[in-house]
Amino acid sequence: MTDTAIAASALGKQFGRRGGWALRDCTFRLPAGRVCAVVGPNGAGKSTLLALAAGLLGATEGELTVLGTTPAEARIRVGYVAQDKPLYPQLTVAETLQMGADLNPERWDAAAAEGIVAAGDLNPKSKVRSLSGGQRTRVALALALGKRPELLLLDEPMADLDPLARHELMGTLMVQAAQHGTTIAMSSHVVAELEDSCDHLLLIGGGRVRLAGEIDDLLAAHTRVSTTADADLAPHTVVESRTTGRQLSALVRPSGPLPDDWRTGSPSLEELVLAHLRNPEAPALTPAEAAV
Amino acid sequence: MVEYRIDRRSGVATYVQIVQQTKQALRLGHLQPGDKLPTAREVVEATAINPNTVLKAYRELEREGLVEARRGLGTFVKRSLGTAPAAESPLHGELEDWAARARAAGLDRDDVAALFTAVLEKHFRKDDQGESS
Repeated sequence: MTDTAIAASALGKQFGRRGGWALRDCTFRLPAGRVCAVVGPNGAGKSTLLALAAGLLGATEGELTVLGTTPAEARIRVGYVAQDKPLYPQLTVAETLQMGADLNPERWDAAAAEGIVAAGDLNPKSKVRSLSGGQRTRVALALALGKRPELLLLDEPMADLDPLARHELMGTLMVQAAQHGTTIAMSSHVVAELEDSCDHLLLIGGGRVRLAGEIDDLLAAHTRVSTTADADLAPHTVVESRTTGRQLSALVRPSGPLPDDWRTGSPSLEELVLAHLRNPEAPALTPAEAAV
Repeated sequence: MVEYRIDRRSGVATYVQIVQQTKQALRLGHLQPGDKLPTAREVVEATAINPNTVLKAYRELEREGLVEARRGLGTFVKRSLGTAPAAESPLHGELEDWAARARAAGLDRDDVAALFTAVLEKHFRKDDQGESS
């Protein structure tokens, strides 16, 4: 066992020799046992990162370690559900789970997989082809969880689900984390969807890591301030600032005590994420850098 | 047994909500010494919140001496919380008098609430209930 689920160092992925860089210079560490939200706008590189960790894509540059080894070697211990939930349309639900059992002979947890499918009122004899998007998601998750993964990589897992199924499946994932200590990394562009379920954040924008770390630590490192327009924000790191009339509002990373006459508040996770995405020039904050 | 209801829009940290709801149940007698708190598994299954959040709340309750974790068995209530002063207590009477005087002085409900909250904040700092994140 290792205490690090995923470690990336200067990781980059370029599609085609002249293609753009989907990811560049990504350095971060996801400790084992965390539930990590991988957040960023469309096209930020979230799916690329998850596919690299799943061993389905090779890195162009840099290093990536998964569960203490290479992504390829870690594959048997990793569950991955891609955004389009690839399944065999001609198989039935029961045959799909049987396939999971055959492919993972040492590890397969039939009860867990069948439980997830049963909770969705799915007929085991239905062909995958005939299922709705949400039902396919459920089967794909059952397949991934039946594998008893140490690391679960989920690309936009909740996108196809109605609010009830979303809540119920998120509950199932949290039980998985609580009972087996499974590390979960799931992507979404909706922060609010993940906020309560995740304790770790990886914010990706423009192919780079903008924020990485424990959500509590990241929130504690930032303060919302509001003061007069002529105030000097130095020496604090400014993520975003706006002047309206005589008032200045800003999101800063304080580098010392703030003046008493500034009004201050704690940002919400969504405010933190949006402020960083609106301001691509704002410096990144990742524990890997903080530790240096 | 207590069932937690997480309000995502309250602005109160999730673990603090669990601490507060547990204390409320202790004050109201819904939870009594010897009662078992729901397991982290049960809470996260029902609420879809992160298991570490539940554990953090339980650690906080344990730190305050209200519950104890028994290895392999679960988390149990150790002591109940003093109930709010009963209607006949002097504190209650004084507050009654004060409210009547405030009304006589022409304060409306919002004025009184604002005043009360300000005094409450002054005498009972947030940190008394565990650090807020």
